[in-house]
Amino acid sequence: MGENGSVWLPDPGTTLAGEVDSLFWFVFWASTIMFAMVVLAKVYFMVKYKRANESDVPEPVEESKVLEAVWIVVPTILVLIVFTWGFDVFVKLYSAPPDSYEINVRAQQWSWEFSYNEGATSYTELYVPVGRPVKLNMTSADVLHSFFVPAFRVKHDIIPNRYTSVWFQAEEAGEYTIHCTEYCGTQHSGMNATVVAVSEEDFAAWIAEQSQDLPPAILGQQVFAQCQACHSVDGSPGIGPTMQGLYGMERPLADGSTVVADEDYLLESIINPMAKIAEGYQPVMPAGFSALSQKQLDGLIAYIKTLE
Amino acid sequence: MSHSAPGLNYLNHSKGFKSWALTLDHKRIGIMYMVAVSLAFLAGGILAILVRLELLGPGETIMGPDAYNQSFTLHAVLMVFAFIIPAIPAVMGNFVLPIQLGAKDVAFPRLNLASLYIYLIGAVIAMMALVNGRIDGGWTFYAPYSTSIGNGILFVTAGVFVMGFSSILTGLNFIVTVHKMRAPGLTWNRLPLFIWSIYATSIVQVLATPVIGITVLLLFLEKAFSIGIFDPALGGDPVLFQHFFWFYSHPAVYIMILPAFGVISDLMGTFSRHQVSGYKFVALSSVAIAFLGFLVWGHHMFVSGQSAVSSVVFSLITYLIGIPTGVKVINWVQTMYKGSVQLKSPMLYAIMFLFTFSIGGFTGIILGVLAIDVHLHDTYFVVAHFHYVMMGGNVIAALGGLHYWWPKMFGKMYNETLAKIAAFLVFFGFNLTFFPQFIMGAQGMPRRYYDYLPQYEFYHALSTYGSWVLAAGLFLIMFYMIASLINGKKAGLNPWGALTLEWTHTTTPPDHHNFHDTPVVTRGAYDFHLAKHLFEHGGEVTELDLGGDGSAATPEEAPVPNEPVA
Amino acid sequence: MANPHTNQPAHVKHYFVSSEQQFDAAKMGMWLFLVTEILLFSGMFVAYTIYRSWHPETWMALSTALDWKLGGLNTLVLLASSFTVAMGINQIQRGNQKGLLLNLILTFVFAGVFLVVKYFEYSAKIEHGLLPGAAFDPHGISHGFDYATYNVPYGPQFFSIYFVMTGIHGFHVLVGMGLFAWITWKAKNGAFSAEYYTPVENCGLYWHLVDIIWIFLFPLLYLI
Repeated sequence: MGENGSVWLPDPGTTLAGEVDSLFWFVFWASTIMFAMVVLAKVYFMVKYKRANESDVPEPVEESKVLEAVWIVVPTILVLIVFTWGFDVFVKLYSAPPDSYEINVRAQQWSWEFSYNEGATSYTELYVPVGRPVKLNMTSADVLHSFFVPAFRVKHDIIPNRYTSVWFQAEEAGEYTIHCTEYCGTQHSGMNATVVAVSEEDFAAWIAEQSQDLPPAILGQQVFAQCQACHSVDGSPGIGPTMQGLYGMERPLADGSTVVADEDYLLESIINPMAKIAEGYQPVMPAGFSALSQKQLDGLIAYIKTLE
Repeated sequence: MSHSAPGLNYLNHSKGFKSWALTLDHKRIGIMYMVAVSLAFLAGGILAILVRLELLGPGETIMGPDAYNQSFTLHAVLMVFAFIIPAIPAVMGNFVLPIQLGAKDVAFPRLNLASLYIYLIGAVIAMMALVNGRIDGGWTFYAPYSTSIGNGILFVTAGVFVMGFSSILTGLNFIVTVHKMRAPGLTWNRLPLFIWSIYATSIVQVLATPVIGITVLLLFLEKAFSIGIFDPALGGDPVLFQHFFWFYSHPAVYIMILPAFGVISDLMGTFSRHQVSGYKFVALSSVAIAFLGFLVWGHHMFVSGQSAVSSVVFSLITYLIGIPTGVKVINWVQTMYKGSVQLKSPMLYAIMFLFTFSIGGFTGIILGVLAIDVHLHDTYFVVAHFHYVMMGGNVIAALGGLHYWWPKMFGKMYNETLAKIAAFLVFFGFNLTFFPQFIMGAQGMPRRYYDYLPQYEFYHALSTYGSWVLAAGLFLIMFYMIASLINGKKAGLNPWGALTLEWTHTTTPPDHHNFHDTPVVTRGAYDFHLAKHLFEHGGEVTELDLGGDGSAATPEEAPVPNEPVA
Repeated sequence: MANPHTNQPAHVKHYFVSSEQQFDAAKMGMWLFLVTEILLFSGMFVAYTIYRSWHPETWMALSTALDWKLGGLNTLVLLASSFTVAMGINQIQRGNQKGLLLNLILTFVFAGVFLVVKYFEYSAKIEHGLLPGAAFDPHGISHGFDYATYNVPYGPQFFSIYFVMTGIHGFHVLVGMGLFAWITWKAKNGAFSAEYYTPVENCGLYWHLVDIIWIFLFPLLYLI
């Protein structure tokens, strides 16, 4: 039991998941044995000392100091073992090897965005190479989320305006479910994705295919998917200003001055949103977009220029 | 005034709405609390059944995602703040605690009545969220989600804040009452363990509740005035909210479970007719747990972005609490050893508690292991764990206490056969509902999910079937309890042969002023071997123990009317 | 005036054995209540500490926005009121009902002065747009000082904490005024004596706590 999937745990997809499982089974069986002992003692006493005579009043029992010491000391030793073991594996779970392949993850209500350093971006499938440690740098665009892959036994909350990370090393090619495990609204239970673990060669091929030079405006349109919660492209109002007709206009700012919305202004507003606040809007735009690649930024600007 | 006419008791010595609504009598206040928390339990329970029904199969079964998300949230808010927290302390604590102490009332009766009304007002404010926007996201209200939804959160936080005051005032009242109003001879070492546990609970209520008070107040202000303490979009820190929230809400878990320890101790002692094994350990560890409970809040946040060092410390302290709790369970089992065990319905609940609460405890140890918690956090494993602790601990103990004190409260016996059938249904239904949740949680089923992958359907279906059995058991209890008020057999003075003052020194139901004369306590709460004269004629004691066979009670120790404050 | 059933003075409730027991119980209850008050404020002090340690420069810059002279004046006013409360209790312990009444009225007046000063402080800040949240917009010039310089990152957090802490403290002062109005009225009717002055004692304890909290708030917000 525990080597492969069982009633209790899904198939482990990583070596580390196997270590977590060994620990789980140790605690599980230790608990089960102690629980069985408590229940057996309980049932035995219930039957053995059942009241026979209504006026019976038993004398108190001298309490055994040795016994008392035993059931304080033995569980204490057990939990200290479990604690140390758990601590050891915990440290491994959160210490990504330095040569990890890094992927950026942005979570938002209710979708995922995985961006690869080579320029590729995917939304419902997280492609990873088998046999190589992968580190995810995660941030959220809105509320708290949490990244959970049951088969890898990894989980971490995703927090707006801050980066958190998890890492794993898939051992076998296959598909593994990703869940969001921090409540994030109506479609929380629909915020799933899939880890697609493929061989190094297939991964390289996929990256190359995805990172082909798209025309910048098309790439920008893809990237813009994550902006649409706040910025419309058709003039309708939102949390942030609409992009329609933005390029080239005289943009009134909150401090009373104006600025021409040229490429420099667009770029600055994406990577440093607090620098110039458009009149009538709150300074609420997350700073996380500065992590976009130069190519993505170029694409975004090219796309915004098309929205007349 | 202190000598009522025969046949008069606290229920019938005065009549009319005002005699209840404005009463200062702790017993009547306890009964009114019982009605209120029962309604909260009924409402929360119906929501639970709807939630389970929705989860019977994947996809939409009876409601859409928004209705589902609001249902489980409301279920949680009702059960936690309006039911479990006041259930044992405010109902049984109010009714039993002053009598067990040999006092005529709590120290501040007016404050006590005020607590009841504050509780009711708080509950009503929280419910107003229903008609003033949505409230979803669970009872934890994590920012910034909670401040990003409609105005419902304003009402819920205000309601929780107000109910918190009720909790603080009740706790304060009980602490002072225990310190200052014990009867002559009732030393700390002779106190019933129910009193010890309510005392420990009260400490937590007084120390922890102000923190949730300020937390929900800040959340309220965050929503109302965008003050930017918790919302990252305004420069705030959402993890800070989680620290604040769990600093209260973990101790609150002890507000929920410590009173259950007290009830179980009283039940184990009385129905084993035996001293509770390790009395001092059980008593003092409750108080120790009350304080240690303040140092473990971070074990809810292993994966939330707190530093690894804090996670390690929190995990270690969590075990420090686990050990004494485990030893208590062993003590309760050991109480039956060489005792005289009688399996009446209250005792069945105590036995059931040992089973369900132990599962809750062991799974808590599993969750406390850092590396395993990473996998299990926010899955159904956690849901099952806290239902085993909260319902398998608190609610089962509350049911035991209800069956135990019901005859004293109303002077009527319920149908024992039906009670045993109901106890079986509750036990079977409870385990069928929640045990499958452990398995699907370990398999990776996240909590607070409206929809789920087909692989979990089998477990969800089992769980839903279980909820029906559980509900049948609970409705059966409601049925025969109400029936007992109408045509129940008259209850004797002390049908269980218990030794605490509410059974040995006052009538059934108790006199308006509890006692005709202040009782003098001459033995510990479970010293059955020192009270053999009570049991000469069989198990059911039918006369008050006002000094054995008419002879005056002689304290074995000099009575200590007012010990210095410990 | 004695209770015919228990032979106790009239102020002793029937469920207490003695006047002493009743007094001890009331005092212990009050101390416990004060503990809950301290814990309520401690949450805010924790928030203060955390945000200060994250953004010390903001905190240092913005503490100048608070007028230490007005804050200092209020500190003196509260200290004086604590003194008059203590004097009042001392007077009634010696059976001097007139002395008690005078000191209670003085305390009430001092509390009122505190709130009036607070009102002027608040209105100046609100006028210059220092209310946190969406409306945060420091502007205007007064006494030759340009408020716009307060528009720094995390400035709203500073003012959030300032308004929440002093606001909740001010609410406590207001409650204290209500309490003093009530016991002043009772004192005027001769309800208290050297044997029975529990409400005065407890209101006094409460008032000292309100004072102590301000003693912490003043340097933390105004001076450093």
